[in-house]
Amino acid sequence: MDYFAQQLINGLVLGSIYGLIAIGYTMVYGIVGMINFAHGDIFMIGGFIAMISFLVLISFGLTAVPVILLVMLLVSMAITALYGWTVERIAYRPLRHSFRLAPMLSAIGMSFILSNFAQVAQGARVKPIPPIITGGHTLHEGATGFNVQLSNIQIVVVVTTMVLLALFTWLVSRTRLGRDMRACEQDQTMAALLGVDVDRTISFTFVIGAALAAVAGMMYLLYYGLVDFFMGFVAGIKAFTAAVLGGIGSLPGAMLGGLAIGLIETFWSAYFSVEYKDVAAFSILIVVLIFLPTGLLGRPEVEKV
Amino acid sequence: MLDTKPAFILKKASLSALVALVLFSLMIGLRTEAGPEGKLIYWTRFGDLATIVAIVFGGSIVIELLRQWIGPVGAAALVPAWLQKLMDFVGRWLGPALLGFAILVPVIFYDQRYILDLAILVLTYVMLGWGLNVVVGLAGLLDLGYVAFYAVGAYSYALLATTFGLSFWICLPLAGILAAFWGVLLGFPVLRLRGDYLAIVTLAFGEIIRLVLINWQDFTGGPNGISGIPRPSFFGIPLTADEDGFAARFGLEFSPTHRVVFLFYVILAMALLTNWVTIRLRRLPIGRAWEALREDEVACRALGINITATKLTAFATGAMFGGFAGAFFATRQGFISPESFTFQESALVLAIVVLGGMGSQLGVALAAVAMIGGFELFRGLDQYRMLVFGFAMVLLMIWRPRGLVGHRAPTVFLKQSRAISSDLVKEGHG
Amino acid sequence: MSGQILAVDRLSMRFGGIVAVNELSFEAERRKITALIGPNGAGKTTVFNCITGFYKPTSGAIHLTHEDGSAFALERLNDFRISKQAKVARTFQNIRLFPGMTALENLMVAQHNALMRASGLTFLGLIGASSWRQAEQRAIDLATVWLKRVGLIDRADDAAGNLPYGDQRRLEIARAMCTEPALLCLDEPAAGLNARESGALSELLLSIRSEHGTSILLIEHDMSVVMEISDHVVVMDYGVKIAEGTPQQVRDDPKVIAAYLGADEQEARAMMETGS
Repeated sequence: MDYFAQQLINGLVLGSIYGLIAIGYTMVYGIVGMINFAHGDIFMIGGFIAMISFLVLISFGLTAVPVILLVMLLVSMAITALYGWTVERIAYRPLRHSFRLAPMLSAIGMSFILSNFAQVAQGARVKPIPPIITGGHTLHEGATGFNVQLSNIQIVVVVTTMVLLALFTWLVSRTRLGRDMRACEQDQTMAALLGVDVDRTISFTFVIGAALAAVAGMMYLLYYGLVDFFMGFVAGIKAFTAAVLGGIGSLPGAMLGGLAIGLIETFWSAYFSVEYKDVAAFSILIVVLIFLPTGLLGRPEVEKV
Repeated sequence: MLDTKPAFILKKASLSALVALVLFSLMIGLRTEAGPEGKLIYWTRFGDLATIVAIVFGGSIVIELLRQWIGPVGAAALVPAWLQKLMDFVGRWLGPALLGFAILVPVIFYDQRYILDLAILVLTYVMLGWGLNVVVGLAGLLDLGYVAFYAVGAYSYALLATTFGLSFWICLPLAGILAAFWGVLLGFPVLRLRGDYLAIVTLAFGEIIRLVLINWQDFTGGPNGISGIPRPSFFGIPLTADEDGFAARFGLEFSPTHRVVFLFYVILAMALLTNWVTIRLRRLPIGRAWEALREDEVACRALGINITATKLTAFATGAMFGGFAGAFFATRQGFISPESFTFQESALVLAIVVLGGMGSQLGVALAAVAMIGGFELFRGLDQYRMLVFGFAMVLLMIWRPRGLVGHRAPTVFLKQSRAISSDLVKEGHG
Repeated sequence: MSGQILAVDRLSMRFGGIVAVNELSFEAERRKITALIGPNGAGKTTVFNCITGFYKPTSGAIHLTHEDGSAFALERLNDFRISKQAKVARTFQNIRLFPGMTALENLMVAQHNALMRASGLTFLGLIGASSWRQAEQRAIDLATVWLKRVGLIDRADDAAGNLPYGDQRRLEIARAMCTEPALLCLDEPAAGLNARESGALSELLLSIRSEHGTSILLIEHDMSVVMEISDHVVVMDYGVKIAEGTPQQVRDDPKVIAAYLGADEQEARAMMETGS
């Protein structure tokens, strides 16, 4: 039971990170109807920028952990958001009204560009950083000597996710920009006729998605204590899996799917085998889609004949 | 109206440079690396940063000038009529000319092992492209995990040959059948899925196969792969320096090139077979049903076409060709490992199909030559190679979203076969 | 043998809480043209989708009887089997051709099942057996016949997506006829046609009925077409049948007029009396 509780905590933390990335996929899909294959690599760039800014802050002699974290978060969100904007501008906008496969391949190309850019610019080796947030709480002392731990970093990851999720949900549901986004999702031509700046709204969607991916990248850095140029691919696929599982286009669905993938992966590693955790996640995706072809919270597609 | 004032161009270029400065400030301006004690250290590279920003500034001026020179009409208007005619003429004879050239490659480049190896590689991708073309180009089903069937073919041959000692020519059809079987296996769950759901499930399937290959150590050799895969024989006669080897039997002086040339003709024959079967299938009801499926699935159902069977045969046929190519790959390399079957391979083959112009056999062949050949050209760039490849993919898609060959040839005609503009051709929902 | 080809028995179709079709029953005679009319949103296309298998009805039965006596329960057949075995063909309200294929290719696709058999499930075709080549030639001949019938023989090698609207409508009918159906269901074939084109359409449908013995079920808004060619008219409103009979009977039925004008029955009766 204790072991189970521990895995539950670990799974939720991992799931939060996947959920943050998944939101970016789902938002972009909702508004332009394409898989932003480069999104996983945007997440990786976010992690790198957080890592570099951490090094710079440390070398300036800064020691106050909250300040370091806040500055890291803001810098990586800001710069990564610009990456998201640039990617849309260069690789997707010229293909907006093109055939479906062209933007997808352009996105795959962009994904190669970003991961290899990181490799060329920062080297292929793993970048470890010392733990920034340490300590934790023992929730329950088990009779067999197994204690259920909740570390501070896990609290930070989950709380940050919750706060940002709330913030962006508010942004999408209550503000002018959010309303424009939802309008473009429904009907771009009509939205444009009603005075919505479609280009700007789409750019904005990519910016938000990239900013959230940057948060996920930083949380990954803090939680695992390292980044590498290849981490975007696997995390990206899993986050996209999460978005599809939750029902692509749905924000709560993305978070739900992220948590589901995180939990599946953690429990599978804990009870079956670590090697096959990804196989488990992907297999469950396939099984879910067979029975729920539009995901957990996706709207069923009504066939118009 | 385009603003042609220099001030406008400068403003745009400065803005691009500013964006580049922010983007690259940390990623290029600073370089991190694990120091002697394992702790990360960093040093500055402001010189590189300045160079890159300057390149972006200059580059955006050039792009802006080019854009104004070409004008809003687009590049198409620049092609004069006589050039278009010439291109049409070349287009008609390009296929036969390429085929003739391909047959002569081992004769022309007999002494150049590197070129022969490269030609074999290109032909392998031509074959993979033609195989995937059945699924993506004809049936309009998006498959991001095609490499899985390539892997199934390669491992089938490797395991059958190393475990049971079966020869290449017996294993080749078996590898194809096994891959087709896996194609059907994948096809079943994804029958109901459309578009991006299909894309992600096929991608997941490809990854599952790769992960199983890595982790099922007893069966597949895990990350170390399988080595000592038998090389193909000349229909039973080994291509070795032995007494009963190919060279000795035919009274030739032994040369390792014999095997390379033989491999070249094997893959050429396999690729041509793929092409011939595909062209043939297009003119048969099954091929027409694939294309009709791509055009309108609902109408197909109303015409009594069994969608399930049609989709499954498309998956199986494409997978079978992938399996053949995989078996060839295994026998050529003599060694295979899961590393050869990553998502990048799937993306590369898909890029070949889309760049070729979906459904066009000649286009796919040209795209394979361009992509693999281009990729080899940049071999010297080492780690920059994938970067260049990524940029090439993005630019090619922007330049020709519908691929090199922008029309579809009808499969049957009454009086005159007229090419159909690809603007009319759908690309499927699947 | 004459008699009925199609019997719809207490057919209901619900989408969530909305009842699109409610306990609808009607029959279609063999070798006759039956029209299904009614105001927009009356549920006509839903009935079509149930008959042709795109929707599974919530309740009710749809019986189809061939001339040789073989019977089919359409509500239980898979969509493609309805065309393949029960021989029901249909067209769509918003034309669904294969736009990137030529007119001829469209008609070849329609003969898929026959050609599939002739090609020995592809294998005979792959080796180029002569039996396959003859079958293919016969298919081309049948397609040619229909292209001539609908006046599109000169455009046989043009992409279907390039044809003008009226031609596309006729090509879709030709494509449906190439499946050699017993029952042809046409969803608003005259929509968007001008007077001359809809006149030609009427002639085409009449000749299909008389020369091929194909029974026709048709949804149509163009009353001139309905009145001119229908043998029997079924009127729907809000998912139920409100009237049926010959075109003349239906035209004079106050309930029908009320449904079309949105007035209630009494007012319609009054209007008719003052009008006539």
